[in-house]
Amino acid sequence: MSAVSIEESSLQDIMKQPETISIDPAEAPVKPRPAPLFETERGRAMLEGLGTAFRWAIPPVIGIVLFIFLWQIVSASGGESGLPGPVKTWESAQVLFADPFYDNGPNDKGIGWNILHSLYRVGAGFGLAALVGIPLGFMIGRFAFLSGMLSPIISLLRPVSPLAWLPIGLYVFKETEPASLWVIFISSIWPIILNTAAGVARVPQDYLNVARVLNLSEWKIFTRILFPSVLPHMMTGIRLSIGVAWLVIVAAEMLTGGTGLGFWVWDEWNNLNVEHIIIAIFVVGIVGLLLEQILMLIARRFNYE
Amino acid sequence: MITVIPACAGMTNTEKTMHNYLTIENARMVFDTKKGKFVALTDINLNVKQGEFISLIGHSGCGKSTLLNLVAGLLDATDGVLLLNEREIKGPGPDRGMVFQHHSLLPWLSCFGNVHLAVERVFGAKESKRQLKARTEAALELVHLAHAMHKLPGEISGGMKQRVGIARALAMEPKVLLMDEPFGALDALTRASLQDELMRIVSETQATTLMVTHDVDEAVLLSDRIVMMTNGPAATIGEVLTVDLPRPRDRLALAGNARYHHLRGQVLEFLYQKQLKQAA
Repeated sequence: MSAVSIEESSLQDIMKQPETISIDPAEAPVKPRPAPLFETERGRAMLEGLGTAFRWAIPPVIGIVLFIFLWQIVSASGGESGLPGPVKTWESAQVLFADPFYDNGPNDKGIGWNILHSLYRVGAGFGLAALVGIPLGFMIGRFAFLSGMLSPIISLLRPVSPLAWLPIGLYVFKETEPASLWVIFISSIWPIILNTAAGVARVPQDYLNVARVLNLSEWKIFTRILFPSVLPHMMTGIRLSIGVAWLVIVAAEMLTGGTGLGFWVWDEWNNLNVEHIIIAIFVVGIVGLLLEQILMLIARRFNYE
Repeated sequence: MITVIPACAGMTNTEKTMHNYLTIENARMVFDTKKGKFVALTDINLNVKQGEFISLIGHSGCGKSTLLNLVAGLLDATDGVLLLNEREIKGPGPDRGMVFQHHSLLPWLSCFGNVHLAVERVFGAKESKRQLKARTEAALELVHLAHAMHKLPGEISGGMKQRVGIARALAMEPKVLLMDEPFGALDALTRASLQDELMRIVSETQATTLMVTHDVDEAVLLSDRIVMMTNGPAATIGEVLTVDLPRPRDRLALAGNARYHHLRGQVLEFLYQKQLKQAA
């Protein structure tokens, strides 16, 4: 016996009352309603993914919003002669990027051309640095004598400010273009040399023993053991080098003039177009960030640890 | 005239060829250290016959790895003579296959690539690409790793890596297989199964083997003779124990075998009574 007993008659009364819902067979849905999306396995995974993305995205977004807010306060507090605010800069950027590749003669080119010119100089200067630095790094790492011979020179030259090399370049090459490549070259070569040499010195003894036991030829040792083993270190050197090169190019172009982001910054300073200077700072930052990310992506490919 | 009689399962070393295949005479190894000369090994005399399985056992620091490296050619003996098949050992060479304690596989090459590197070095000059590939595959099949051939070392277990190391050493068809604590870094179960595989492989290939170990059971189970070394510095061979257990050996059957326990006891007695390591 159940604790609650209901007489059949009273049950029929309940059924007749208006609160009791009865479903007319004609109105009843033929198919069962699908479960709400967020109760399914896939839905829950989506929710979770959304949550993670949210947690991951929230701090940077807050940071950027705060930064723009501070920028607005600083620019507003300066009054008429203050820094251009975010809105004004944004509007100016839209105009600027509407036509990035115009060319009105040597001193008036679109922002796209200036970016490409700077990238070209970084690429060329860094390329030369890699061409010299990587083999040199390998030799310094492999031969203690060479390492002893060159390390005092490297230690002496490495801390020199990159722009101090510019007059030397101008004097030797008599032209601005090779002089700025020279500055990139000389300032970005050190991280390549040092990291490659460190990588060679750190090739695990186990691998070298394998090479010795198998009696591999020097070429096989280089291609199968030394090079792949050093590659991650080399990639670190390359990443640091390109970072330095990108830092230096803007300063060098300010001094040498002609084309490039650095020249453009200086030109806009002479025109007193401060919005453009701020835009240039963002462009330099974003391009630098992209370079770094691309190189990190490549480096990850060669990491076997 | 050298007659090479292939050793068969069940034979003891005295029945194998009497020819001394690997000979070490009065070997002595002195290292130059910052504190002066350090005598690691002295008066090492050992003859190994073809197809024999020799274990080197002793406390850590007794120079057993140094002795193995002398045979490998990774070290040059300060004094004495080392002969392999009547030729003096000068520097490392692919006629001695080495299995390292820490597998030493190149992480950027697949299992196949690692073995192929060795095969190519030894047979590349006189065999076709297809033959080299077949050799590599055969070596990996020997260690039962055909299925993992194209995986990178980072993708397989420690036991599998060590098997690739053994395959790499054997694929060169070396005169001697040298193993430096090959199973020391593995867990007990994996170690047991690899010991069983090694016994099978050695009986299939008739490889002459020199193995450094610190594991008494491993030494008795696998060896024809156990070379027991005194403590360093100036370590030398203390005793040589002949393991006259019939092959094939089965670890479960040996667990109840009186002769096995007697031999095991002798090694333990040497290590823990005669050569008791002073507490450092």
